[in-house]
Parts: sequence; structure tokens; C-alpha cells
Amino acid sequence: MIRFESVTKRYPDGTVAVDGLSLEIPDRSITVLVGPSGCGKTTSLRMVNRMIEPSGGRILLDGEDVQQQPVHTLRRSMGYVIQHAGLFPHRTVADNIATVPRLLGWDRRRARSRALELMERVGLDTALARRYPYQLSGGQQQRVGVARALAADPPVLLMDEPFSAVDPIVRKGLQEELLRIQQELGKTIVFVTHDIDEAIRLGDMIAVLRTGGRLAQYAPPDRLLSAPADAFVEDFLGADRGIRRLSFFTSGGLELSSAPVVGEDDAPPDLPTAPYLLVVDGDRRPLGWADPKRRAAGDRTLIPYGRSFPAERGSLREALDSAVLSPTGWAVAVDGDGRAVGVVSQEAVAAAIRAAHAGQGGAPEDAEPAGVR
Amino acid sequence: MSIFHFISDFFSQSAHWHGYDGIPQRLWEHIQYSMLAMAVATGVALPVGLVTGHTGRGGNALALLATAGRALPSFGLLVLLFVIIGLGLLPVMIPLVVLAIPPILVTTNEAVRSVDPAPVDAARGMGMRPLRILAQVELPVALPLILSGLRSAAIQIVSTATIAAYVSFGGLGRYIVDGLYQRDYEQVVGGATLVAGLALATLGAFWLAGRLAVSPGVRHR
Ligand SMILES: Nc1ncnc2c1ncn2[C@@H]1O[C@H](COP(=O)(O)OP(=O)(O)OP(=O)(O)O)[C@@H](O)[C@H]1O
Ligand SMILES: [Mg+2]
Repeated sequence: MIRFESVTKRYPDGTVAVDGLSLEIPDRSITVLVGPSGCGKTTSLRMVNRMIEPSGGRILLDGEDVQQQPVHTLRRSMGYVIQHAGLFPHRTVADNIATVPRLLGWDRRRARSRALELMERVGLDTALARRYPYQLSGGQQQRVGVARALAADPPVLLMDEPFSAVDPIVRKGLQEELLRIQQELGKTIVFVTHDIDEAIRLGDMIAVLRTGGRLAQYAPPDRLLSAPADAFVEDFLGADRGIRRLSFFTSGGLELSSAPVVGEDDAPPDLPTAPYLLVVDGDRRPLGWADPKRRAAGDRTLIPYGRSFPAERGSLREALDSAVLSPTGWAVAVDGDGRAVGVVSQEAVAAAIRAAHAGQGGAPEDAEPAGVR
Repeated sequence: MSIFHFISDFFSQSAHWHGYDGIPQRLWEHIQYSMLAMAVATGVALPVGLVTGHTGRGGNALALLATAGRALPSFGLLVLLFVIIGLGLLPVMIPLVVLAIPPILVTTNEAVRSVDPAPVDAARGMGMRPLRILAQVELPVALPLILSGLRSAAIQIVSTATIAAYVSFGGLGRYIVDGLYQRDYEQVVGGATLVAGLALATLGAFWLAGRLAVSPGVRHR
């Protein structure tokens, strides 16, 4: 466990970057430091591996003051990932990744096979091993950066805005990859970002810092969204935190109705309660909505259904989004293979949201975690 | 007579190819003076440039020193040293070394200082010690620029090493000095051509060194 005990950093010019920060970072989980630019995130992170020395307080790593540990040994025991990756331009991808193992005295062959193993782990084609960094895309470079940090299997990973220099789609891929790797490896990760969405996506715990390096709130993402500590945190979370919080409720409890789901060539069933029918193809994949009366009269035009949501692994946020996007006001639930399982109305989703909030009894940290955040 | 006649006459006389005054001997002497001066200048300037570049300190003092060094006339220095020290290789070597130090020092310092800070920061964060960072990160990345500083120093040494002849040493300067004295312009032009050829060969050697020593990742090809 990493523990900040009233850590303060005052730079020689008098700037107080971090002010009395106390924080307990749990093992084998992702803790995100988030806050506006210049609030002391980088400074806090770099004090953990002593790239910056605190001017007051102390940081404990498994109960031991990091100040008491030999600085190079300490750094080699922690992975370090920075913005733009900071790869060595003169070394190949494999040699970049093998840096710390080589520093630790591994022989060339072992370090190399470790590098290839890590390339696979972070989703890089091992054919890229002999390339130089300038021959990689920004996203690939960042993956190499992560692989390099993981190379000697350190228990702790420090990441400073590792994904902020790539476009949103690549960033989403990298975030998913990190969550997957974390599920496999269970590292203690301290992750710095100024992007609150990234913090909520990745963090098991989130520390919101305010300018001047003071801790504004330290809580799991769900708790942060449901009960921001003050106006600063609320403002920082943005306008739609209620909607975003729905990510933490599973869509599994929604009551789906499968009666309005009909095959392309089936005769429309007599359903006075269903204003629309969902027409599916032979594989039960959704095609679109149909008005039952017009269909009975031979009109086969379909209304696009917008976007479906995963019936079991999804969240109430996705279900609501699907219902709002659908021109008919009904959301389409699909299984893992994209086959329609049933439909649910906006009203039913809203009822489920009310029930979920009530069920949490204002203690959202007990929320059943949804599979997808 | 055209300059080309001078050149062809000079190189076609078989007497110019033999003995203590022959081209091979003079060329070899010239190369020796140049290499010695280059080795001393590099030995002094390269480490200082690397360390000041790495720490980012002393850049201003270096620039001042370099300007002063450049302002010193090599020939004047030679005469002065000859008067003070007397005959010997030292009065020849000192002006050459003084000439070569500024380009090496300033370029090396600048080259290391301008290395992208991100890989250096990453190296520090991974627990590399400063000397290893200098040798394994900063030096390889700064190498193309450092080589260019060494190259201009080497070219200046090669062309200036002719001054050795003024204090009765050998080298290609012999042809020029003796030729001027004897009003034998064929010899002067021949000597000058040889110096120019040697300078071109030096360029070639540095091009080759760059190909072999600079990582393709830094050369971007
Ligand atoms: N070496 C330094 N000397 C003086 N002040 C510094 C130094 N490094 C950072 N600061 C100041 O300390 C404060 C915190 O900086 P820090 O880099 O930790 O912020 P940050 O939260 O990481 O910001 P960003 O999101 O922009 O990266 C800022 O006001 C910054 O100007
Ligand atoms: Mg920062």
C-alpha cells in the first residue's frame, strides 16, 4: 500500500504545488489523481518514486518511508509511464521494453523474450519488435510505454496522463486494454489525468485535487458522482453526473418484453398493449420498428431502431441512451451475439432508475458493479 | 599556364612520389599532426560538452570561451608560441587544438541540451543513473549533431595544419611554404590540391562514421 502522510511540496520559487496531502492508495487497484491543470497531480505522483522530493510529510510504501530507500532501486521497482511515452528513439521497440530487465542484470535473451511476451500482453503485434519508435503511431508508442513499465513485473505502476496525447477512439482502446491488463495482473496503479471521464472509467478510487494541491474529495467513482463533497467537485464533474452515474447500475434487472419481437415474415401478433413491433431477421437480429396497423395493411416500411444495449452486461446508462435514441421511445436489448432479447420502454427504464436509487438507500458505494463502465 | 596544368604537372612528376619529400610521406605527416590535434581537442572538449549539456549548466561560460577561442588567429598564435617555447611540435599543436575546441565544445553542449527531455525523464524514472543516462540515452540521440561539431573541427584542423611547415615541420604545408618561397607555383597549387583532397576525404570518413554509429531510429531511416 502507498500512503501519503500530510505530504507538502513547496518549490524553490515558493509555489506550493501540494499542500498537506494525505491519501491511502489500496493495493491491486487503480487510484486516479484528477484535477484542473496545475493542481499538483504530477508533483504528487513524482514524489512516489522520488523524482521530486517532498518538502514536508512522508510517503510510505508498504509501511516504509520511500525517503529511506535507495532511489535507483526504488524506481526500478515501480513502472513509470509518461505522456507521449518518452520512448528511446535510438532503440527498437523490443530494446525499449527490455530496458529495466537489462538494468536489473537479466541476460539479453531472457530480456528479449520477456519483451515479446509483453508486446502481446499490451496488444502489440510482435512483428513490430524491430521497429523504431518513429515508425509507430501515437497509440502504439503508448502501448510500448506501458509494456516497458511492466517489463520487470513491478508491483506498482505510476502513470502520468499516459493517454492524453492520442485521439479519443485510440484513447478508449488504450483504456480498455489497461482495464483488461489490470484484471490479469492486479497491479497497484496510480494514474494521473485531468479528464474526469477517464478517471471515472478507470478508477477504483478517485482523488480530486483542487488548485493549490489540496485534496477536495477521495471516493470511489460512484460515490463521487452521487455525493460530490462540495461545489468545486460538483462543478468539476460536469453537468451530466446524474446520467453518468447510471453507468454503475446494471441493466440486468430491467423487465424486457419479448412479445413485440416478430420475424420478418411472421404475421403481426394481436397485441393491443404494444404500440410498435420490433422486426428481426432470421438470426433474430433487429431490423427496425413497425407500426402494427400499417403492417397489417401491407405497409412494410421500418423505422430505424437507433442503437441497442446489452441486456445482461450493460448499464442503465446504456439502456436509457438506447431508449432516448430510439424514435419510438423503446430500447432494444440484445445478447452477446447481437440477437434481440426483448424491448423496454423509456418509462420502464425510468422506473428502474428510481428503483435503483431507492434500493441503494443513498449509499451508492454498495451498488452492484455493472460489467461495463 | 592554367591551374589544371599546374596540378597535372605536379602529380605526374615521379620525383614527387618518392622519398622524404614525396607526397605519401608529406600526406602521412599531415594526417599524423591532424589526428594528434583532433585527439587532444576531442579529449578535452567532448567530455566537458557532454557534462555541461547534461547538467544544463555553464552554457554561457562555454559560449564566451568559444568566441574567444575563435578570435585567436592560428598563425599569430604559432609565431607567438614559437618565440616563447622555441622549435618543437608543441607550438604547432596548441593553435590547432585551440582552433578545434570551440566547435566541438559548443556543438556537443548544444546537442545534449537539446535532446528531447521526455526519454531522459523516462530513463530517470526507470532508475538509470546519470552516467548511464548520458552514455545510453543522451549521447546516442545527440550523436548526429556531435558528429557535425567534430567534423567541422576536423576540417579546420586539416586545412590549418599547413602552418606546421612555417616552423620547419613537414606535412602538406611544406609544398605551399616552399613553393611560395621558391616561386614554384606548381608546387603551391599541388600542395593546396592535396589539402583540399584530404579535407574531402575527412568529410567522407565522417559520413561513414555517421552511417555506422548513428542509430537508424535517430536517422529516421
Ligand atoms: N519545478 C518547478 N518549479 C516551480 N514550480 C513548479 C515546478 N513544477 C511545477 N510547478 C508548479 O507547481 C504546480 C503544480 O504543478 P504540477 O505539474 O504538479 O501540476 P499538474 O496537476 O500535473 O498540472 P497539469 O495537469 O497541467 O500537468 C503548478 O502551479 C506548477 O506551475
Ligand atoms: Mg501534470
